[in-house]
Amino acid sequence: MISVNHLTKYYGEHLAVSDLSFEIGEGHVYGFLGPNGAGKSTTMNIMTGCLSATEGSVSIDGHDIFEEPRAAKRLIGYLPEQPPLYQGETPEEYLTFVGQAKGLRGERLRTEIESAVEATGIEPVRNKRIGALSKGFRQRVGIAQALLGDPRVIILDEPTVGLDPIQILEIRELIRRLGRTHTVIFSSHILSEVQTVCDRILIIAHGRLVAQGEPEELERRLAGENEIILTADAGSVEAAEIVSQIEGLHALDAAEEGSVSTFRLSAGDGDPYDMTRALFGAFAKADVPILEMAVKKATLEDIFLELTEKDTAAVPVEDGGKNDFAEREATDHDGDPET
Amino acid sequence: MTAILRHELKANFHALTAWFFGAFLLCFVGIGALQYNLKAAVSNFEYVLGYCSIVLAIIVPLLTMRTIAEERRQRTDQLLYSLPVTAVQVVLGKYLALLIVFAVPLLIVCLYPLIFAGYGDVYLPTAYGALAAFFLMGAALIALGVFISSLTENQGLAAGLGVAVMLLNYYSVSLSEYVSRTTVGSGVALAVIAVLVCLLIRYMTKNTDLAYGAAVVLILGLSGVLYFKPELLEGLLPEIMEKLSFFERFYTFVDGVFDLTGVVFYLTAIVFFLFLTVQSLEKRRYN
Repeated sequence: MISVNHLTKYYGEHLAVSDLSFEIGEGHVYGFLGPNGAGKSTTMNIMTGCLSATEGSVSIDGHDIFEEPRAAKRLIGYLPEQPPLYQGETPEEYLTFVGQAKGLRGERLRTEIESAVEATGIEPVRNKRIGALSKGFRQRVGIAQALLGDPRVIILDEPTVGLDPIQILEIRELIRRLGRTHTVIFSSHILSEVQTVCDRILIIAHGRLVAQGEPEELERRLAGENEIILTADAGSVEAAEIVSQIEGLHALDAAEEGSVSTFRLSAGDGDPYDMTRALFGAFAKADVPILEMAVKKATLEDIFLELTEKDTAAVPVEDGGKNDFAEREATDHDGDPET
Repeated sequence: MTAILRHELKANFHALTAWFFGAFLLCFVGIGALQYNLKAAVSNFEYVLGYCSIVLAIIVPLLTMRTIAEERRQRTDQLLYSLPVTAVQVVLGKYLALLIVFAVPLLIVCLYPLIFAGYGDVYLPTAYGALAAFFLMGAALIALGVFISSLTENQGLAAGLGVAVMLLNYYSVSLSEYVSRTTVGSGVALAVIAVLVCLLIRYMTKNTDLAYGAAVVLILGLSGVLYFKPELLEGLLPEIMEKLSFFERFYTFVDGVFDLTGVVFYLTAIVFFLFLTVQSLEKRRYN
């Protein structure tokens, strides 16, 4: 459907996108994931013909966006990071204008506006001034605009930024629904969002594609070393001795609390269950009860962090509850579209 | 393009700018007609237009200031880029909408000579010739205003810059009398203008090499002329200032001459500034 070939973009001296290539197939929801400043918006702007590329090409269903912009643009509905809305108009007037500019007339224009209004749920506000609408509704009007002209691909740049948690859930649900009838590409710097909504993920960092695939596949393919967390009813010296009997295991971390010690162990490349089996035997032989033992597999979150961690602008996340934090960050930093 | 045209017309009438523009224009034409045609009992309607022409230098920038600057500020220019319309269509749609806003009050003004003709001898051909020229001059000024609006995302700045440029253009003929007519004076002044042009090129294209290249070519050319044919430069600057004045051209029409070179001048100016506007829009895509 869309093929991006060796895309490179310089802003003056600054390299924003570097030799980026990927293919977008038909009928999936694609998540474009990357920390702020990774080149997501730049790539989307180039894909939609809003920006030129320094090098490389983008073709939409065989139409080059630079050579045949009109044919290519007809296949795309785009919502930029800041919804491009005329504050003084009503959604009705706004959608009429966009529809006409997309070449819709008469009956077709009416029916398309109706179905876009219905799909995005903006019926209650369709005759209110856009400037007076809440951010959530403004975002929906922006999405409704992208739906006009029955495009095959819908590209949404950070559609949930700046919304409250309920609005975020509503927009995600809307994206999922759109995904049933369209190819949807949407960008986000929030991993959990991409994980819940998308069935294909592209991870971008420093203007490069660092990973792509289905969420589970990515986890499987990129899962690094497995970790075993073990809590035993013994002092750390005694427990360490038992652990050291097992080959292929080494301790990353140890902590002692009273008579209980907790170890973080690396299983290396070996099968973690072989290790846990051996650990169980060793501790049973030494007559030391294991209070708790768990195998921790690398999650997509870890992969995301690992792939993008060199970036100073990476989302500040910590273990546990990290997504909530990232979302709060996203809500806070957003600029007011009216300014 | 019709979608853009309709949208712009609606926006102009909705935001009251069109109404204010029309009201001001009609008001000043009315005052002019009162003074010349009624009070002084002059039967030439074209004098009224000559008297009113300076008003355009003030109200045209106010009409054109939001055209493109506002799109940039609201980030709606991104929408225009992503729609299946070309930059030429966007600029033409916006420009035609402004022309219509300008033409509506002028159509009302078109009735005045007919009304006066009912009470005395009015020579209609010169009156309507001057009206046509007034429209053309306004159209050229609107094209200039649209271009200035495309340079910034600040409406106020676009308006201020527009008024300054148009007033400078208005007074350029009287100013030209104070400008040195000597060879060296013209040479120095032209060199300064060449540098300013290059700065504008640099601002618009963000291409330092191109700007330096243009500067070198212009200055070298100027030095060449200064060295080999200095007599060419004598009185050149004041002459250029007179030739480029939109308003001076218009006074030929007011004097009762339908000057075809003037028509060509205005049409050229319109095409030139609209072309620059399209380039200014396209540039955003290539920065």
